Amino acid sequence: MSHLALRLRGQPPFRLDLSVLTPERLAGMSAEAIARLPLSHGRRASSVGEWFDVRGSVGPRLVIEADGSKLDRIGAGMSDGEVRVEGNAGAYLGIGMRGGRIEVSGRADAFAACSMVGGTLKIGGDAGDFLGAALPGEHKGMRGGTVIVSGSIGDRAGDHMRRGLVLVEGDCGSYCGARMQGGTIALLGRAGARPGYAMRRGTLLFAGEAPPAPGASFNDAGELPLGFLVLLLRSWGGLPSRFARLQRPSTRVRRWIGDLGFGGQGELIQWPG
Amino acid sequence: MRVNGVAIDDTFAEAFAMRGTRLIITAHNLAWARQAAVSMTGFATSVIGCGCEAGIERELAPAQTPDGRPGVSVLLFATSSAELGKQLERRVGQCVLTSPTSAVFGGIESGRPLPLGKTLRYFGDGHQISKVIGGKRYWRVPVMDGEFIAEDTAAMSDAIGGGNFLILAAGTDAALAAAEAAVEAMRQVPGAIMPFPGGVVRSGSKVGSKYKTLIASTNDAYCPTLRASVDSELDVGVECVLEIVIDGLTESAVRDSMRAGLRAACGLGSAAGVLRLSAGNYGGKLGKFHFPLQPLLA
Repeated sequence: MSHLALRLRGQPPFRLDLSVLTPERLAGMSAEAIARLPLSHGRRASSVGEWFDVRGSVGPRLVIEADGSKLDRIGAGMSDGEVRVEGNAGAYLGIGMRGGRIEVSGRADAFAACSMVGGTLKIGGDAGDFLGAALPGEHKGMRGGTVIVSGSIGDRAGDHMRRGLVLVEGDCGSYCGARMQGGTIALLGRAGARPGYAMRRGTLLFAGEAPPAPGASFNDAGELPLGFLVLLLRSWGGLPSRFARLQRPSTRVRRWIGDLGFGGQGELIQWPG
Repeated sequence: MRVNGVAIDDTFAEAFAMRGTRLIITAHNLAWARQAAVSMTGFATSVIGCGCEAGIERELAPAQTPDGRPGVSVLLFATSSAELGKQLERRVGQCVLTSPTSAVFGGIESGRPLPLGKTLRYFGDGHQISKVIGGKRYWRVPVMDGEFIAEDTAAMSDAIGGGNFLILAAGTDAALAAAEAAVEAMRQVPGAIMPFPGGVVRSGSKVGSKYKTLIASTNDAYCPTLRASVDSELDVGVECVLEIVIDGLTESAVRDSMRAGLRAACGLGSAAGVLRLSAGNYGGKLGKFHFPLQPLLA
C-alpha cells in the first residue's frame, strides 16, 4: 500500500478535530505512532487509534475512509501532499490550507476552504455555508488557491474573500460574495438572493443561469466584451470540473458594478452560453 | 576557408552580456498586433543612442498566445536591468497601451521580474482591476476601446548583444542581396533579433573617435572610400560592406542565428559578388562571448 489509510470504525458522539492528520505532519511516523496521536474529542482527549484503523505507510497521500460529517478541520493548514476523503467531511475542511490538494468524494460542512491561502480543494458533493469565507470576527477570507464544488453551496460563500478562485457547478445560497474584496467566484447553477452584497472588489461570474436582479447598489453597465475572460477560461482547462469544458462563442457579457455603497469596484458578470 | 567561393575570415564576432526580455503583444487582428510591435521596437537599433535594442522575433497564431488572439513576440535588450525596466515601461506605455485593442504579456517563464502592468496600471486612475489567473497577476486597465490587459511583470534573463558578421561584396546590389537573404534566414531562428533597419547596418562603428564627445565613430577600416587613407581591411574589388548585428536571449540563439545568416550569404556565392565574410571584434578584450566564423560554417 503506497499511502496511509485511516478507516473510521464508528460514528463518534462528538466532533473530532483532525487537524493533526496532514501528510506533512505525519511524515516519518510509523502507523503505531500515528495511532497514538492525541485527538480532541469534545472535552476529553482521545487518540487516533481509538477511532480509526490505521493501515499502510506514510507518504505524500493520506486517505480517510469515513462518513466523516463529524470529522472537522481535515487538512487544516496543510501545505503539501494530498488528502482524500472517501465519504463526507465535517466543518472547516482545508481551513488555512496553503498548498497541496484535498479531495472529498461526498459533501463538506460549513467553513470549507475558510481562510485558505493556496492549493486545490475539490468537493464532490455539496458544501455548507461560508465556503471560502473568513472566520467570524476575522476579515481575511480566502486569499488564494482553487476550490471546486461539484454540487451546490450554502449561504455567504466567499464572505470577505480576497483572492483565489471558487468554481461551483451547482447552485449557491444567499449573499454569495458578500463583503468580497477580490478573487473570483464562478457559478454554473442558480444564485440565491443578494449576490455581492457589500462587495468592494472581485468578480462574481454567472456562467449558467442569470443572477437574481442585483440590488439598488449595483449599476447596470450593459453588455460589452471583456477580454480577460479568455484568460480565465483557458486557466480552467486542466481542472477536474465541468468548468474545464465550458465553451463560450464570445467574450460579450452583461455586467453590473457595485456594491456602490462600498467603493463599487466589484462586478457581477453574466456570461451566457 | 572558402564556401561557395566566398572567403571566410579566420576571425570571430565579439559579443557582450546584456539583459533581455520577451513580450507577447496581441490584438484584435495580426495587423494591429504588428502595428503595436513596430511602434514599440522603433528607434531601438543601438544602445549607444536609443537606450535599448529591440525587434520583432516572430508572429504568433492565436493558439500560441495567452488570450487566443493573433500576436507578435518582441525581444528587448539593454545593458542593465535598470535601463531595461525603464525602456520597457516607456515603450509599452507609449506604444502598446496606446495601440487599439492591444494586450501585453511576458514571454519568458522564469527570471527576475520587471514591472509591466504593475506600473502601467496607474493609467487606470483607480479604476484598474487586478486579477490573479493561473498563478499570474494581470491588470485590467479601462481604456476607450474597452480594457487594456497587461501581465503584472515580465521576466528578465541574461542575454547577449553584439553578435555580428560583415558581408564584403563587389557592389551594392550584391551586398544588399546577400544581407537580405541572410536576414530572412535568421528571422526563422527563435530567441534572436537583428535590431537595425531591415536587420542590416551600413554604419558599422569602431570604439572612440578623434572628437572627445563621441564614444563611437565610423569603422574606417571597412569603408571603401577610405581604402587609400587608413589601414584598410578591404581588398581591391570590395566596394560595399554591410553588417548584421544579432542580439539573443541565449548564446545558442546568437550562434544559430549567425550560422543561418552566414550560410544564406554564402549561398549566393562569389559568382553573385559576395566576396568575403568577416566579423567585428575588439581583440577579445572587451566581450566575453566569442563566435568564430569558420567553425560555424564547418
